[in-house]
Amino acid sequence: MNRPLSAEGFEAQASSRAQNSALLNIRSVAKTFGKHAVLHNISLDVAEGEFLTILGESGSGKTTLLRIIAGFEHATSGEVWMGGERLDLLPPYKRRVNTVFQNYALFPHLSVEENVAYGPRVAKTPAGEIRTRVDEALAKVRMQQYAKYLPSTISGGQQQRVALARALVNRPRLLLLDEPLSALDANLRRQMQIELKTLQREVGITFIFVTHDQEEAMVMSDRIALLHAGELEQVAAPAEIYSRPATAYAAQFIGHTNLLEGEVQAGVARCQDLSWQVKLPDGPVSFSLRPECIRLAHAVSAQNAVYFRARVVDYAFHGASELVRVEASHGHTMTVRTSSHGKLRGEAELEFDPADAVPVRRPK
Amino acid sequence: MFSRAYKLAISLPPLAWVAIFLLVPYGLMFAYSFWSVSSAQNIVHSLSFANYAELLSHRVYRQTLLRSAWIAARVTVLSLLLGYPLAYLLSFHAVRKKNVLYQLVIIPLWVSYLVRAYAWKTILGTDGVLNTVLQFAHVASHPLGFLLYSPFAVVLTLTHIYTPFAFLPIYASLEHISRSLIEASNDLGASRVQTFRRVILPLSLPGVLAGATFAFVLSFGDFLAPLLLGGPSGIMISNIVVNLFGASYRWPLGAAISFCMLSLVLLLLWISGRLEKRWAYS
Amino acid sequence: MGLLVNAITYNRAPKLLAAYAALVFAFLYLPIVVLIVYSFNGHGVGGFPPRDLTLDWYRQLFTDDAIWASVVNSLVVAIASVCIALALGIPAGLALDRANFPGKGIFRRLVLLPLVLPGIITGLSLLLLFREADVRLSLVTVILGHGTALISIATTEVFAGLQKLDRAHEEASLDLGATYWQTFWRVTLPNLKLSIIGAALLIFTLSMDEIAVSFFLIGRDNTLPLEIWGRLRRGITPEINAISTLIFVFSLLAIIVWYRLRMRAEAVDNELLV
Repeated sequence: MNRPLSAEGFEAQASSRAQNSALLNIRSVAKTFGKHAVLHNISLDVAEGEFLTILGESGSGKTTLLRIIAGFEHATSGEVWMGGERLDLLPPYKRRVNTVFQNYALFPHLSVEENVAYGPRVAKTPAGEIRTRVDEALAKVRMQQYAKYLPSTISGGQQQRVALARALVNRPRLLLLDEPLSALDANLRRQMQIELKTLQREVGITFIFVTHDQEEAMVMSDRIALLHAGELEQVAAPAEIYSRPATAYAAQFIGHTNLLEGEVQAGVARCQDLSWQVKLPDGPVSFSLRPECIRLAHAVSAQNAVYFRARVVDYAFHGASELVRVEASHGHTMTVRTSSHGKLRGEAELEFDPADAVPVRRPK
Repeated sequence: MFSRAYKLAISLPPLAWVAIFLLVPYGLMFAYSFWSVSSAQNIVHSLSFANYAELLSHRVYRQTLLRSAWIAARVTVLSLLLGYPLAYLLSFHAVRKKNVLYQLVIIPLWVSYLVRAYAWKTILGTDGVLNTVLQFAHVASHPLGFLLYSPFAVVLTLTHIYTPFAFLPIYASLEHISRSLIEASNDLGASRVQTFRRVILPLSLPGVLAGATFAFVLSFGDFLAPLLLGGPSGIMISNIVVNLFGASYRWPLGAAISFCMLSLVLLLLWISGRLEKRWAYS
Repeated sequence: MGLLVNAITYNRAPKLLAAYAALVFAFLYLPIVVLIVYSFNGHGVGGFPPRDLTLDWYRQLFTDDAIWASVVNSLVVAIASVCIALALGIPAGLALDRANFPGKGIFRRLVLLPLVLPGIITGLSLLLLFREADVRLSLVTVILGHGTALISIATTEVFAGLQKLDRAHEEASLDLGATYWQTFWRVTLPNLKLSIIGAALLIFTLSMDEIAVSFFLIGRDNTLPLEIWGRLRRGITPEINAISTLIFVFSLLAIIVWYRLRMRAEAVDNELLV
C-alpha cells in the first residue's frame, strides 16, 4: 500500500488488497495556490472496486485532491496514474472518471432524461443505445417515472439519484463523489448511505467519496484516507483507524478519545502519576485511550491494569451509552463511556488495560 | 479547469479587435495632435507642438472648455437631485409597483436622444409650449427669449437626458443595501432621517459616484444639444472639435483638443474609480 | 400623474417624496408627451395648444422614401452591430471571467471605455484610423464603429451572467466527456441565454439611436438619426414627430416582450430556490 505513513516506531498500516491491483496511483501530488500550500506530497493508491473515503475538515484539501483526480485542477507537482496510464495530463473529458458534484450540478435547462443522456450524447453514441443505457441507469436509481421532469421540480434526494445515474451511465472506471449527501437531511442521509454502498457493490466501480463526516466515513468505506492540513494522517480500514489511530489528530477526529501526554523512561511510560510498562524508546510520548476502554475497577482487577480514583464532573446521555467526564486524582480530566446509565456518579475507582493506550504521533 | 487553448480562444479575438479598433485609434489621435496641415490641405506627418501652443495661447479654447465643464457640473448636480430621491423612493417605499416604476424611468431612454432634444425646442421656443402657457397664465407679458438658444436650454435638455443614467447606478446601490441594516438602525433608535443620513447615504455613495461620473463625462462631451438649443452662448468644446474636423479642415488641432478631452475624462474615471474603491465596504 | 402618486403613497411613502417623484416623472415625460401630441398637430411643430388634429404627418411620412431608406440602413447597421458586439463581447466576458493574461486590467478598462466616453472621441479616433488605412466611409465603417463601441454591453452582460452561473455545471459537462467546444454550446451558452438576449436588445436599440459615432463615420447613406438630424438642422419638420412616435411605440412593445420574458425566467429561478 502507501509508503509508510507512521513515523519512527509506529506500525505501518497494511492492506494487501490495494497492493495487488491498484487502479489509481497518486504519486507525491502537491498543490499550491499562489503562496498557499493546499496539498503536501500526497501519495495514495486506490484498489480496483474499492470504496475509499477521503475524510477531512473543511480546508483540509480533500476537495482539491478530488478535483485534481477529476481534472479540474492541475497538481503543482506529482503525478496521477490510472490503470497504468498517466491520468493527470488528460483533459477532464478524456478521463474515464466521473463525478457526482456536491450540489449535483444538474443542468437546469435539461430534463432528467437529457441530463443522464448528456455523456453518451456528447460521445456521439447511437440514439438507440443512448435510450437503453439511459433507461437502465434511471432504473438503477429508481427514477424512470421522473424522466421528463426538470431538475428544479424534483426533490434533493431525487436530484442526488439523477446525478448518480448521470455519472454511472458513462461506465466510468472511477467515480468521484464530492460530499454528495451533505445537502440532505439526517434521515434521508442515512438511507442514501446504505443505498450508495449497495449500489457500489452492485456496479463494482471504484468509488472515491469525500466527506467531512467521520460517522459517514466509518459506515460506508472499505478504507478511510484521513486528510489534515494538506497531509495524509492515516490511511486504513475504519476499524483499524479507530482502534489503532496513528496520530493524535486521527484519534481525536474519529470518535472520542482521551489524549494522555507523558514520557517514556527505561520501558516505563509516565503520564502524571499513572505509569505502566511499554516497549517504546525513551522520550516524550502521547497515548490515545478510548473512553470505552476505561472501566470501573473490580475487586479482582485485571493483571497489570492501570488503576486510578476519579470524581464525576459531568455526564451526557448518548442513547446506548453514557459519556461521563471525570476528574482523576492526578488532575487529568478524562472521558469514560459506560453502558450502565447513572451508575457512575460521585467518586469511583477506575482502571484501563495498558494495551488499550495506543501511542500516537503528536503534532509537530 | 480551462485549458490553455480554451483561454487563448476566448481571449485572442477580443484582444486583437480591441487593439485594432480602440488602442490604435487612440494612439493615432495622440499622433495627429502633433501633426499639421499644409497649405495644400495635406496632413504633414512631422512632430510639432504648434497645436498645443495654439490651445494654450487662445482664450476661446480655455473659455469654452471651462463653460463645458460648468454646464456638465450643473447637469450632474441636477441629475443627482432628480435621480436620487426617485431611486430612494423606488427602492425603499414602492414595494409592489417597483418594477413598473422602474420601467417608467427607463422608457424615456428608448426615445431617440435627438427627438427628445428637439421636443425641448418645441417646448422652450418663443411660440413654444412653455411661453404660450406662461402668457396665458399672465406670468409673462411677452415671450421669454432666454429660454431657448442659451446655456439654460442645454443644461435643461442634458439633465433630462442624463437623469435616468444617474438614477440607474444609484438605484442599484440602494437595492444592494441589506434591509437588516435598516432594521438594525431603527432598532438602535435612529429616526428615518437619521437612518438615511448615517446608513443609507454612505452606503449608496458608490452608486452616486458612478451616476455623477456618467452624467458629467457624457454631457461634457456632448455636441448635439448645444447645436440644437445652445445658440452662440451655449457652444461647448465638442462643437469646436466638430468644426475643426468639418468645414475648417484642421484635423490635427481637433485631435489635440480631443486628446485633451480624452485625458481629462480618463483622469476623472481614475479618480472616481479610486473613490469608489474607498467607499465600497464589501 | 395622480394615479402615480396613488401607487406610491399606497405603500406609505412620505407624501412629500411621492409628490417630488411625480414631478420628476412629469419632467421626464413632458417632451415625450409633446412629441406624441404634436405628431397629430395640424399646425406643425409651433403653437400651443395643438389644434386641428390630423394624420397628415403620418401620411406624408409613409411616402417619404428618404426616411424609409434611412430606416432600412439603421436596421442593417443595428443588426450587424449586434452580431459584431456579441461575437466579440461573449468571448471577452468569458475571458474576463476565466482567463488570466498580462494586461487583463487594461483590457477590461479598454473594452468598457466606449460606454463611458463621449461618443465624439470614439467616433473621431475611428475616423482617424479609417483615414490612415484609406478606408472609404460607408455604412460598413458605421457598423465597425457601433460594433466596437457596444462590445462593452455584451461583455458586461455576459460577465454578470457568468457570475450567477454555477461553474460546477461546466465541470460536470467536461466530466461527462464533453469537450470545451461542446460544453460551450451545450451548457455555457444556454445558461447565458437571458444575458445574451438582453445584451442583443440593448445593443440593437443603442445602435438604432446612436448619432455621435455615426456622425463622423457616415458615408453617403444616412442612418435614421442622421437623416433626422439633417432635417432638424434645416427647420420645421413635423413628420419627425410622427416617425419618432412610431419608433417609441415599437420600443414600448419590445420592452413589454422583454419584461415578460424576464419575469418568466425569474419565476423559474424562484421555483429553483423553493
